[in-house]
Amino acid sequence: MAATTSRSKEIIHCDPDKCNGCEVCEYVCSWYHGGEINWKRSRIRAVKIEPIYSIAITCRKCDEPVCKSACPRDAISQNAAGVIHIDKDKCNGCGWCVEACEFGVMKLQQDTRLAFCCDYCEDLDGLKCVELCPKEALSYASLDSVGFSSAVEAAASLIADSKVSAGGK
Amino acid sequence: MKGMTGKYLKVDLTEGTVVVADLPEDVAKDYIGGYGLAAWTLYNEVPAGADPLGPDNVICMWVGPCAGTVTPASSKYLVAAKSALTGFIGFGISSGGIGQELRAAGYDGIVVKGKADRPVYIFIDDDTVSIKDAGFVWGKTTWETEDLIRGRHSDEKLRVAAIGPAGEKLVRIANITNDRNRQVGRTGMGAVMGSKNLKAIAIRGTKSVEVADPQGLWDLAREMHTRSMGKATEKYRHYGTPVNVLVHNKLGCLPTRNFQQGTFEGADAVSGERMLATHVKKVTACPACPIGCDHINICQDGPWKGTAASMDYESLELLGPNCGVDDLDALTKAVELCDTLGVDTISAGGTVSWAMEAYEKGLIGKEETNGLDLRFGNAEAMVEAVRCLCLREGKLGELIGDGSAEAARRLGRDSYKFAIVNKDMEWGAYSMRSLQTATLGFATSVRGACYLRSGSYQQDVKGTVDRYSLDESRGKIVSEGEDLYAVIDSAIWCKFTRGVFKGEEEMAEVLNLTTGFDYDVESMIKAGERIHNLAKLFNIKHGASRKDDYPPPRAFEEKMYDDVNDGAIIDRDQYDAALTGYYRSRDWSDEGIPTKRKLAELGLDTSLGV
Repeated sequence: MAATTSRSKEIIHCDPDKCNGCEVCEYVCSWYHGGEINWKRSRIRAVKIEPIYSIAITCRKCDEPVCKSACPRDAISQNAAGVIHIDKDKCNGCGWCVEACEFGVMKLQQDTRLAFCCDYCEDLDGLKCVELCPKEALSYASLDSVGFSSAVEAAASLIADSKVSAGGK
Repeated sequence: MKGMTGKYLKVDLTEGTVVVADLPEDVAKDYIGGYGLAAWTLYNEVPAGADPLGPDNVICMWVGPCAGTVTPASSKYLVAAKSALTGFIGFGISSGGIGQELRAAGYDGIVVKGKADRPVYIFIDDDTVSIKDAGFVWGKTTWETEDLIRGRHSDEKLRVAAIGPAGEKLVRIANITNDRNRQVGRTGMGAVMGSKNLKAIAIRGTKSVEVADPQGLWDLAREMHTRSMGKATEKYRHYGTPVNVLVHNKLGCLPTRNFQQGTFEGADAVSGERMLATHVKKVTACPACPIGCDHINICQDGPWKGTAASMDYESLELLGPNCGVDDLDALTKAVELCDTLGVDTISAGGTVSWAMEAYEKGLIGKEETNGLDLRFGNAEAMVEAVRCLCLREGKLGELIGDGSAEAARRLGRDSYKFAIVNKDMEWGAYSMRSLQTATLGFATSVRGACYLRSGSYQQDVKGTVDRYSLDESRGKIVSEGEDLYAVIDSAIWCKFTRGVFKGEEEMAEVLNLTTGFDYDVESMIKAGERIHNLAKLFNIKHGASRKDDYPPPRAFEEKMYDDVNDGAIIDRDQYDAALTGYYRSRDWSDEGIPTKRKLAELGLDTSLGV
């Protein structure tokens, strides 16, 4: 069953034009999820592709999560809001979910070797990476609204390029 | 002790051994980290008279207590050794991911001596440290080396600090590159790595970074991150440091045509404003840095279409106006060559501009320039000269491949008079005669001509002193700047966060929250003074004296005329007085030797004092 509909699906979205690759989201995530600074335990990944692309990627709340399908021990579930849960007692660190996820969101803890991923800060007061991104590149938004923002930008640049103006001479 | 891990690696490349050593707590407190621990290492471990390119030299990498914490712009590291360029203490600071990764691997530093019998790289993988064969990357550029080593270990986030072909060829102005665009640029640390057959250091750390008061530091760091997005850092975030081009041009302190003038007719074409509009395609940041100053240029068309390189003010200025070049495409290409082949852009610019002046004066001809018409302003010739320098190619490469001071010794005929150096290192992009407090700071710098040791240019630029004269009182401006900057370089904080701290009290607070020590402003600045004095002692041990603290002859012998300046020159008597004033403000002798009294007060070895 799809847990959410595309109409209402809200995800952590990163604007690659604003993201400068500072990795502060990784620090923030590890701190709020474990009280320690260790970017290797971050549930969001900052990715750079040289020379000029940078973006942060975390769980996309897939309607048919492949991480869940791939797990041979039924350790992975998805709640009504689309958030992935991993049952630590069932997970044995086989890593199939890591291989399955097309966005590289699933990870194994360096020490316990158990799977973990973004939990949308459900035990915290708000999404910490979004709150503390210095460039405001991260936002929590429905895909519809992200799409609409892009349409507005496209329209604005079309107007700027044309002779149409908002009035006056 | 927190912040610092208390462990560092000692590697002997001759023996092929790696040992984990303890960093004594009192040393960590007295020397803070970074620059301080580098001075401590080199003073104790490099014998007097050691050949900088011989196995006796020691090259060390240190982080400060703040690396890997979330303190803004603190993922920095420092590499130091006896410099093959200056013969004195050499060091450079770089950013990127190396600093945080070394800390996460569980070490504060790595001290390397000896010489490997074949090309190697050191791979630090948490507790497992190995010396590995680097045959597959020898001869490769810094960017290729980083990618190949990451590929070999199947880890795209492996942090790699590597030398390019220039370092392998022992070019004395060779640098070390990491994370593609960050460099340990100055004093030729790449040549020292090359002399040890050490191609790279690769690091993977997975441990958590421990600090004394995690919640306290987190809360303060959050506040500082917010402040980092304020006015104090706006120029770095928006235009980047090249915004200085027009500011300095207006002040008549933009070095032009090998420091002959202080204004450049082509300044508009290479201004930060123009560059942002036509060349900058992305502004990126180092880990843990909210500011983001790294302006990535891409050539849109022309012979270098598609070339991408990170551009800052110093690189742009020395390779641009100081070579008479006003072409941003050529500058982007020249910086890309320096970064990939592995040479310091500042020294490369200063060296090529020296060669251009020698060519225009008729001291060298096309036979010595590999056929290049090496006049000022010839952008293509500048790019080709940089390439030949990096690779020691042809007669030109042989002449200039070790920097301008060595080139002048090879050429002779008074050409040393226009090698714009101190301690044989090329001058940064601040004109000598129209920024005279800056010049005192450049010339007394322990690592050779450098604006980052005291920041004394700031008083000149702000106009709090007369920048066209000198007197004894300027010495104190330099020495106070040096003590504070020694703290910053030991912590290690990016200098762009100077304005983010509320003041020195907050610097001490960050150190205390991180380390658990109990610095106050006085003891913190005292540590800075101790560190600077120890670096000076290293230089004295290796032969430094008063004569090494002067600017080149051009500052005293030629008046500067341009759109702003009408015969600016440094008066030698005034300079002498200012230099003596500097020594006295430090309680050093008039020959520039620390007194035994001062050394004892700082808890340093008094044997070299007077």
